[in-house]
Amino acid sequence: MSDMHATPSAAVADQDVEFWMSKDHHPANGTLLGFWIYLMSDCLIFACLFATYGVLGRSYAGGPSGADLFDLPLVAVNTTMLLLSSITYGFAVLEMQKNRRGTMMAWLIVTGLFGAAFLGIELFEFAHLIHEGAGPQRSAFLSSFFTLVGTHGLHVTFGIIWLITLLFQVGRFGLTPANKRRIMCLSMFWHFLDVVWVGVFTFVYLMGVLP
Amino acid sequence: MSAHIESHDHHDAHDHHEHDDGHAPSTLKGYMMGFFLAVVLTAIPFWLVMDKVIPNSQTLAVVILTFAAIQIVVHMVYFLHMNTKAEGGWSMLALIFTLVMVVITLSGSIWVMYHMNSNMMPGMSHEMTEQQAKNLP
Repeated sequence: MSDMHATPSAAVADQDVEFWMSKDHHPANGTLLGFWIYLMSDCLIFACLFATYGVLGRSYAGGPSGADLFDLPLVAVNTTMLLLSSITYGFAVLEMQKNRRGTMMAWLIVTGLFGAAFLGIELFEFAHLIHEGAGPQRSAFLSSFFTLVGTHGLHVTFGIIWLITLLFQVGRFGLTPANKRRIMCLSMFWHFLDVVWVGVFTFVYLMGVLP
Repeated sequence: MSAHIESHDHHDAHDHHEHDDGHAPSTLKGYMMGFFLAVVLTAIPFWLVMDKVIPNSQTLAVVILTFAAIQIVVHMVYFLHMNTKAEGGWSMLALIFTLVMVVITLSGSIWVMYHMNSNMMPGMSHEMTEQQAKNLP
């Protein structure tokens, strides 16, 4: 390449072609695949926690059982919050594809509020359980319960922090390709958390109250 | 969706960059379909458990686990846009590998520990009395 610099204009044209070619052949989706593999490893963490709960979930040590503790209407509200936050994130991605920054940020804010509502209800539930003497130290069942549900809640917390960071990024720099890539990564993270929650409400709450 | 008129900044400049990431574009129809299916697949198991529609616990457990499995597939397809072509098939391969690991971890742990409990701790198979619990170290 460098020995072809006959004139400055030819060099510029050469560089332009080079840049365009390299951009076209660059694996632009490398980040998304890498992030997907991170999510899969996260999935294995949750699999271990689910297995722990599956083994210990009926070891009450003479303490309260799931049927005594779980408030299913509250869990249904919580599930609704997370599902609504999933669909509003979908709307944000649709607005992003149309390059509408304002409405996209509005949908992201709505998503964050639903996520915060989910966290608030979960923290209220945890506080209520601990107040009743059913804290994580009470039995193996409650230890594994708090670990599994708490880890999911921690993921949602970090998702919300990430979402707020992205809002500032998009507000400052607009819908640049880098920001779009980040929005797609958070999209996968957010929907993945909803997938894990499907497992949690079925395996922990619904099956926990069965006699 | 209500505010389609506002904020046209960047619209002209970046139009052709839209699908740089090699993913199929998401559609409103897809998201609404996924949301509708997810709501139905969530509402039915809650209704089954809360109204005690199926008296047998084991049957009920199998039924709601099936609903969960279907809902996870719905989320994967409509929200996470999983298909065999995304990322040249690599994300599907990673997913299949993970699923195999998840199934081995879950079923293996529960299977092994169930037999450990029934074979080695005959006196305290499931529930302990309050007195027994107090005597534990």
